[in-house]
Amino acid sequence: MKILVAVKRVIDYNVQIRVKEDGTGVVTDNVKMSTNPPDDNAIEEAVKIKEAGKAKEVVAITVGEEKAQETVRKALAVGADRGIHVKVDGTLEPLAVSKILQKIVDKEKPDLVFMGKQAIDDDCNQTGQMLSALLNWPQATFASKIDVKDNKLEVTREIDEGLETIEINVPAIVTCDLRLNEPRYASLPNIMKAKKKPIEEIAASDLGVDVSPRLEQLKVEEPPKRKAGIKVANVAELVQKLKNEAKVI
Amino acid sequence: MAVLLIAEHNNKELRPFTLNAATAASQIDSDVHAVIIGQNFAEAAKQLSELPVVKKVLSVEGAHYENFTAENFAPVIVKLAENYSHIVCSANTFGKNLMPRIAAHLDTSQVSDIIKVISPDTFLRPIYAGNAFATIKSNDAKKCVTIRPTSFDPCESTGGSAAIEKVDASEEFSNTKFIKREEIKSDRPELGTARIVVSGGRGMQSGDNFKLITEIADKLGAAIGASRAAVDAGYISNDHQVGQTGKVVVPDLYIAVGISGAIQHLAGMKESKVIVAINKDGEAPIFSVADYGLEADLFEALPQFMEELNKLNTIQK
Repeated sequence: MKILVAVKRVIDYNVQIRVKEDGTGVVTDNVKMSTNPPDDNAIEEAVKIKEAGKAKEVVAITVGEEKAQETVRKALAVGADRGIHVKVDGTLEPLAVSKILQKIVDKEKPDLVFMGKQAIDDDCNQTGQMLSALLNWPQATFASKIDVKDNKLEVTREIDEGLETIEINVPAIVTCDLRLNEPRYASLPNIMKAKKKPIEEIAASDLGVDVSPRLEQLKVEEPPKRKAGIKVANVAELVQKLKNEAKVI
Repeated sequence: MAVLLIAEHNNKELRPFTLNAATAASQIDSDVHAVIIGQNFAEAAKQLSELPVVKKVLSVEGAHYENFTAENFAPVIVKLAENYSHIVCSANTFGKNLMPRIAAHLDTSQVSDIIKVISPDTFLRPIYAGNAFATIKSNDAKKCVTIRPTSFDPCESTGGSAAIEKVDASEEFSNTKFIKREEIKSDRPELGTARIVVSGGRGMQSGDNFKLITEIADKLGAAIGASRAAVDAGYISNDHQVGQTGKVVVPDLYIAVGISGAIQHLAGMKESKVIVAINKDGEAPIFSVADYGLEADLFEALPQFMEELNKLNTIQK
């Protein structure tokens, strides 16, 4: 089996973002960037499946500007075999990304496509489901457990009510939850080795896909601030405040 | 053109967030139709027809719809979409799973998880775990919108009498098979709609220790929440997770116990009306959003909290 894993470069999850004063977006200059966290889980799962002898090749792909290639390089350092970087300027909407991924799937013919369930920058939670629709493939979203069985996957999905298990036929799309696995760290020798692994560069404009934006971001602003609270000295005071001041119990 | 609301239900009754999504739909256009898809859901369809904001109910029945598989739902909604300007549903796991599949078929860029309808084509939505709000205008002819249910009040649930019209089922998608659903049954209020939520984090140190939280939740008639750290550590099941990738809650009172307050947790609870933080680390970020902070060891504070609650003559439910 061949697994294609899509990764996205985002502002690191530990960074407290700042909104630009002119309201056009958030500050990204000189801000630490890293791979979208659940995309790391997607890579880890693909590599584990390969290590278990159930997949032959893991290909990491990113769609983004020049520096997005770092995320593919990181995937190569933890076990992906080769990379693809579809180069675009600026940011694309999930619909455009899924159309690009569809073109790559047509060319690469993977059996499975993995990616994180949601990117922590735009919080859209769309790309996997959209790709799955465009390909008319089954989708297993929010996966916290994957069992590969011949040409089927049994996937446990995290849903609001608890857990759901489905069985999907390959080829299929899986979007990964953070609880799917514990992503490994890249060792220094593997980081060095990854530098020799090939990354194919493709210009998005050569794919013949309409990636023009459909949405206009009119304004980005800070959310309303909460007013500062107080510290209470002990539990008795806390309960009195909740009862008599906040009147919530 | 009217707005099409996708009803969420369990084949017996409507799920409560359908009422919040209906409110959002009615703010886009007063002409709201609702589609209900499933198997043997007569009572849920009746409830839907009684929502005064819903002008017409479309009912699609089939055995392959019983488990709400997106691959089966999307084609029938895409077909209906012809007659509508907007497709709307809740941004919970049901809607998140389904709506992008519809949007891609319609070649529409979806607007996810909106918290406000500014105009029929412009919406406010949180990005970066709620640390920024973006105003987004959609230029697509048809708009696919998921709404954050806790940002809209539920609509009235009685008084309407919309006609229920049957719609032909679509074909079954054979490459996805439902196996089982493990729902955690509880007598407590639902996390998403509870008036009070008591949440535990890594500081709880074990699943057993969550009984300290359970006791207080029972006393207050509260739902139980948890941070991702507590779920990852196996202290409690995933359906309790509050945060960027879990549930978003907006209770009147949110009590965070042993939760440090990582960005991703704050994303799920910082709109709560009153926030209490109990943590022994006085520098924990959770205190920056807390109305009442108590710097204390939770293993001493929680039993005392229970004692103080027992002393009260009355407790609001």
